[in-house]
Amino acid sequence: MSTTDWPLWEVFVRSRRGLSHTHAGSLHAPDAELALRNARDLYTRRGEGVSIWVVPAAAITASSPDEKDPFFEPAADKPYRHPTFYEIPEGVKHL
Amino acid sequence: MATAAAQRTTRTADSAPDTVDTAAYQHAFDAAVAADERIEPRDWMPDAYRATLVRQIAQHAHSEIIGMQPEANWITRAPSLRRKAILMAKVQDEAGHGLYLYSAAETLGTSRDELLDKLHSGRQKYSSIFNYPTLTWADVGAIGWLVDGAAITNQVPLCRCSYGPYARAMVRVCKEESFHQRQGYELLLALSKGTPQQHAMAQDAVDRWWWPSLMMFGPPDDESQHSAQSMEWKIKRHSNDELRQRFVDICVPQAESLGLTLPDPDLRWNEESGHHEFGPIDWTEFWDVLKGNGPCNEQRITQRRRAHAEGAWVREAAAAYAAKHTGGTGGTGEAGHETGAQRA
Amino acid sequence: MTATGPATVPVTAALALGDDALVLSHRLGEWAGHAPVLEEEVALANIALDLLGQARILLSLAGDEDELAYLREERAFRNLQLVEQPNGDFAHTIARQLYFSTYQQLLYAELAAGDGPFAPLAAKAVKEVLYHRDHAEQWTLRLGDGTETSHERMRSACEALWKFTGEMFQPVEGLEADWARLEAHWQESVTDVLDRATIPLPEGPRTGAWSAGAGRQGLHTEPFGRMLAEMQHLHRSHPGASW
Repeated sequence: MSTTDWPLWEVFVRSRRGLSHTHAGSLHAPDAELALRNARDLYTRRGEGVSIWVVPAAAITASSPDEKDPFFEPAADKPYRHPTFYEIPEGVKHL
Repeated sequence: MATAAAQRTTRTADSAPDTVDTAAYQHAFDAAVAADERIEPRDWMPDAYRATLVRQIAQHAHSEIIGMQPEANWITRAPSLRRKAILMAKVQDEAGHGLYLYSAAETLGTSRDELLDKLHSGRQKYSSIFNYPTLTWADVGAIGWLVDGAAITNQVPLCRCSYGPYARAMVRVCKEESFHQRQGYELLLALSKGTPQQHAMAQDAVDRWWWPSLMMFGPPDDESQHSAQSMEWKIKRHSNDELRQRFVDICVPQAESLGLTLPDPDLRWNEESGHHEFGPIDWTEFWDVLKGNGPCNEQRITQRRRAHAEGAWVREAAAAYAAKHTGGTGGTGEAGHETGAQRA
Repeated sequence: MTATGPATVPVTAALALGDDALVLSHRLGEWAGHAPVLEEEVALANIALDLLGQARILLSLAGDEDELAYLREERAFRNLQLVEQPNGDFAHTIARQLYFSTYQQLLYAELAAGDGPFAPLAAKAVKEVLYHRDHAEQWTLRLGDGTETSHERMRSACEALWKFTGEMFQPVEGLEADWARLEAHWQESVTDVLDRATIPLPEGPRTGAWSAGAGRQGLHTEPFGRMLAEMQHLHRSHPGASW
């Protein structure tokens, strides 16, 4: 038996209040409690965070890169979703 | 950032379904590298690219954890509490860097255990520099200034390496390394300006570490086995000799400010080239140490193996406890899955 | 040792607390490069660094931190014998951590709540120590209730160190604490953790027949002299040098 029996965890850190958690890296731990503590020691030892999530790496569902085009391209041709799409006469405020 | 988990599903991308045209994948990969885009774990990549990365990242990670030993050798003897705190924090950082790098290697489908096995059995290497002993306190300073300095020179370009997880790990590592180099320089400065004995101790350390530090950049360009292909893949961005020259040019004025001399009678400024010329490197020593004949090869790997073996019962206990109390939470990291929706 | 510190700080107490932190930090520092798993290298170093930070503040209250750490003889150190015990295997280190950090956290919480000279320091340190205590408890559970081997190692470590736990509750001159209540809380807390870890509470005496339990009076165990020899030799080899 070896650390293979310690599953891989992905670590997400909120660097300060008001920001969302972002992926910081991964680590091995036998369970969630120790994963959280290891993450605290490893990824926030220079004061990089105020909150941590750990997620078993196995629990992550990811999109497939092979399907990159059909999955994401349809979103690229809908500029009307973005505010810059609309022309507003000069001088109109609070819009 | 792509996760290690996300990668696991597609580690077989190389052996893509028969129907898929490998040439098209290769083309997309080449185009991405040419356009300076990052390759991410789930992207298709050539087998040789993957193998090169695993080898390089693993060697890098191994160097971090073996590199803890020569400096940890002085933690219990640090001559002031301030220095002791700095040194402990530094050695701790090296463990952390090892962890970042093993994580990056794991996104390529190789577990940390496999990599550690290869280290322990000698099938993968670590940087030869750590096979030299730390004989005095000044060696801690020389390692910080010269060894970490050479490492940073090597590593800063790696922050732009074509493989995303490696590049991101290096950004984190480089940020932390600059503290390492500065503390080493400051330590040597204190010795150099201290008592005559302290000054002599500092000079002796620089005399011993200078040449091995120059060897850290690897063999000369015309003898370097992997360089050309790595440059093409943008894993590597500068040649060994280029980086070595850059390092020498940085160190010469720093040594002057330290009040220490570099042990090279041939060292001189070349007005024309705008660089410092330096004497021939003893590559026989380099290859000899690399082959296992350095002063500490045996000692370093033995300590590493022992720590790993003596820790086995602890790792087993924690795994057993987790299995009892959480019904064996997690997966093995192999189970990352794609949604049915995408498949449909 | 009376006139060195600021008038408001009881020097004996600053030395007792400072030496505890200094010596335990040193012992934990010996783990560097030897921990059972890489993640634990980072964790143990974090704890060692917290303790060293506390030690530096406390010793500075009593005098010059380096003079006190490097130039005192063994008999002048006021730390508990518990913290000077060699690391042993990981179970011994964790047992030592459990006993000490539980004590330190309870004591510092009490000091932080008061208005004595150590209140500001204790208020900051108690947060660090809470984490040390949590780390020790987590590992006590895992080793105690892990495999047969780990259970046996943890049990024997808890027993071996038990005789050093009595000295923690001797009143320290200059520290205002309710020592009897502290001891009761400590016993309750350690009993609870060991119980959850399926480790029987050790039954032996909590102080030794002669010297065990006299660290606060400057009587130490044999391994401590060697530890100091290693720690102090470089500093002492260069009298008056600065580093």
